[in-house]
Amino acid sequence: MRSVHAIHGGIHPYEAKGLAAPGELLDAGIPDKLVLPLSQHIGRQPEVVVAVGEAVKGGQLLALAEGPMSVSLHAPTSGVITAIEDRSVPHPSGLTNRCIELQCDGEDDWLTLTGLSDWRTTDRNALIEAISGAGIAGMGGAGFPTAVKVNGPPGQSINTLIINGTECEPYISSDDTLMQIDAPSIVEGAEILAHIVGAKEILFAVEDNKPTALAAMRNAVERSESECQCDVVTFPTKYPSGGEKQLIEILTGKQVPSGGLPAHLGIVCQNPGTAVAVRAAILEGKPLTERIVTLTGEALGKPGNYRVRLGTPISYLLAITKFDPSNNRRLIHGGPMMGFALENSDVPVIKTTNCILVPTEQELPTPPPAQACIRCGLCAEACPASLLPQQLYWYARAKDQEQLEKHHLFDCIECGACSWVCPSHIPLVQYYRSAKGSIIDARAEKIRSDRSRERFEARQERVEQELAAREAQRAARRAAAQKKADTDTDDDPIAAAIARAKAKKQTAEETPSAPSDTDS
Amino acid sequence: MSFLKITSPHGHGPMSTAGIMQTVLIATLPGVIALTWFFGPGTLINIAVGAALALVFEAGALALRDRSPTPYLKDYSVLVTSTLLCIALPPYSPWWLIATGIFSSVILGKHVFGGLGYNPFNPAMVGYVILLISFPLQMSTWQAPRGLGEIPGMMDALTALVSPATYDAVTMATPLDVLRQNQGLLMADLQAQKPQFGLWAGVGWEWVNIAFLVGGVWLLYKRIFTWHAPVGLLVALGMCAAIGFDSGSSESGGSPLLHWLSGATMFGAFFIITDPVSSAVSNKGRLIFGALIGVLIYLIRVHGNYPDAVAFAVLILNFAAPLIDQYTQPAVYGSRPVKEDEL
Repeated sequence: MRSVHAIHGGIHPYEAKGLAAPGELLDAGIPDKLVLPLSQHIGRQPEVVVAVGEAVKGGQLLALAEGPMSVSLHAPTSGVITAIEDRSVPHPSGLTNRCIELQCDGEDDWLTLTGLSDWRTTDRNALIEAISGAGIAGMGGAGFPTAVKVNGPPGQSINTLIINGTECEPYISSDDTLMQIDAPSIVEGAEILAHIVGAKEILFAVEDNKPTALAAMRNAVERSESECQCDVVTFPTKYPSGGEKQLIEILTGKQVPSGGLPAHLGIVCQNPGTAVAVRAAILEGKPLTERIVTLTGEALGKPGNYRVRLGTPISYLLAITKFDPSNNRRLIHGGPMMGFALENSDVPVIKTTNCILVPTEQELPTPPPAQACIRCGLCAEACPASLLPQQLYWYARAKDQEQLEKHHLFDCIECGACSWVCPSHIPLVQYYRSAKGSIIDARAEKIRSDRSRERFEARQERVEQELAAREAQRAARRAAAQKKADTDTDDDPIAAAIARAKAKKQTAEETPSAPSDTDS
Repeated sequence: MSFLKITSPHGHGPMSTAGIMQTVLIATLPGVIALTWFFGPGTLINIAVGAALALVFEAGALALRDRSPTPYLKDYSVLVTSTLLCIALPPYSPWWLIATGIFSSVILGKHVFGGLGYNPFNPAMVGYVILLISFPLQMSTWQAPRGLGEIPGMMDALTALVSPATYDAVTMATPLDVLRQNQGLLMADLQAQKPQFGLWAGVGWEWVNIAFLVGGVWLLYKRIFTWHAPVGLLVALGMCAAIGFDSGSSESGGSPLLHWLSGATMFGAFFIITDPVSSAVSNKGRLIFGALIGVLIYLIRVHGNYPDAVAFAVLILNFAAPLIDQYTQPAVYGSRPVKEDEL
């Protein structure tokens, strides 16, 4: 049994995972319309390759990745493109984004898909291309393009692939469900990923509150014929053990250097859902067009884990899960700790939607007004990054950016443990987010002002150089004239002067209206 | 339809400021019971009168500062301040002493700095020190403990409160006073001759300290604060006493046990220096904060002029807390350099 390591801080919130009955997968079906945002990942938008009015089949490419930090988008079912325009998307700020609207025909007619016959002998770059072409972005929540992640930063060799099935956030059980029903695909997907990154070891991490998933994973690993050293590791349930940095410390005892990547330790982490998507992309040629979403909360009559096509409107999901609005005020995209509240249900499910939480007021009450910070230090006890949240709060309020950076604001992972324990109900994470935003703005502003100062200084220098050059020319002319005058002194100076005056007068008469240099 | 837009996290733990304050108040009970048993109902009267005055001053200050009084009056924080001050005051204090103390704590110790959470000094200790300097006689007059003198009744207590001139107290020097005034007696002889020294440290006092220790350990168990500051104080005080014990000679500063169980040691260690607002923030900082207070308590007790030293030691270290914070920032995740073999 592999030994695990303790991490600092963490909390034990009420898990409420049973509500969605993990392990049982329901089908959300096909809604009338799908709304597919072009940006469902971190990075650049893909380029639309279909037009309004065009009929598409399931699996057909709708938008093509533009450059490495971009992922493609495919049709989750057959139908007709009815609009390509800006719509509301799931985003903390309620932003809009360019979306493709697909009127589903209900036929669910798919393209014939073909996968690669033997991935073990296929070139690594071809596999990465296949992942990129299948439109896969990290399905744990961040949505980082998977092809970029497996390509890794140059010059770093990867030893360990971690499949992060921790799912430490309360309520969510989409990964749990996937591990229970399709562990062999996760293992196979992990093998493909390990092959691509060159890892010799695969660790499957599962918290000890998911015994069924754990058993399924162990079983699948035993049956696999992987060339890698595979290990299913379990550890005590604690939030946020599933944070990438936290999980790496739990499994290896090593800490990802501040500002660095897991790759710097020879580690890469992937979500089980991503592994399954990679497997489908490589073996079946199937693009990412659906995912498991935990639809949960006591305001839903039929909570559960649902197989949902990307682009399905959340309002449709609320309807099929028998949403009762009488005692609900909040609609949360993601879990209760890190999810963000949506203002309306008219937004679609995207590649990063692992949970839609619809709680009643009793279940997750609206927070009371914040009270004064008494610096009790419960936040510092709970912080998994060993920060001093009470000091950060103090400096964030004072807008003291220097102290904020000195107190490692940017090592905050925004897990919300500090706010969860705060007896004064201070929305601490919000202060940190805002402070980070201000500092990032200030940095950008500094770069801008530095650049304009450099430009100004360069211009000053250029002007001075020009002046100096002109001065030098003038001096040279004067010297030449002087020299000429000196050589002329041997003749009669008065005659010479008269001659010069005559010559000048003549020139002035010849060009009476010559514009002076200064007027131009 | 439109939903409520608020930021994550959407859940919250069971802790509340009012809950913490209530827990602290409950934890003072063993100590208050011990004080009442050994010195009579004086402390209870102090606490009751102090609480009423504190609520009045708090409401008044909040009104002057144009703040809504309800949330602050409901969070019990001012009651913690007044209770801690009133425990520290001598039993059978006159009303004006209590009123001056509460005013100093609540107004000068807290509201002039911006109210709850903004006070750089421990408010109860601000009130205590103002009284100690202004009224040294009243502040150093302690009732003789049960077993060494008659314990006043409730009527005596009320008389002492409203008409101090007509109240005749049975007072007695505390063990720490006796120790400081020791002229040439060996520790063993001093303890044999003076009735104040009880089993380990002083009649009544030792049990009062043990009772506050019990309340403090319960607070630790309830995770209201961490062990760092109290342990820092007790270890440092014990080490100073062990060094200064001088094998019990006439110059001896008293044994570690005497210092641990005398005066306000346990009360200070678990109820005063654990005030989070005015102490250091990190665990390491709190350890240092507590230890320096322990050293100062010993120095002031043995070489200073005041009967007990906790209040001065705490205020001095309140000044130093921001400096301690500056040098005791914990190592954050990922700050240690990666070793070669980890790659």
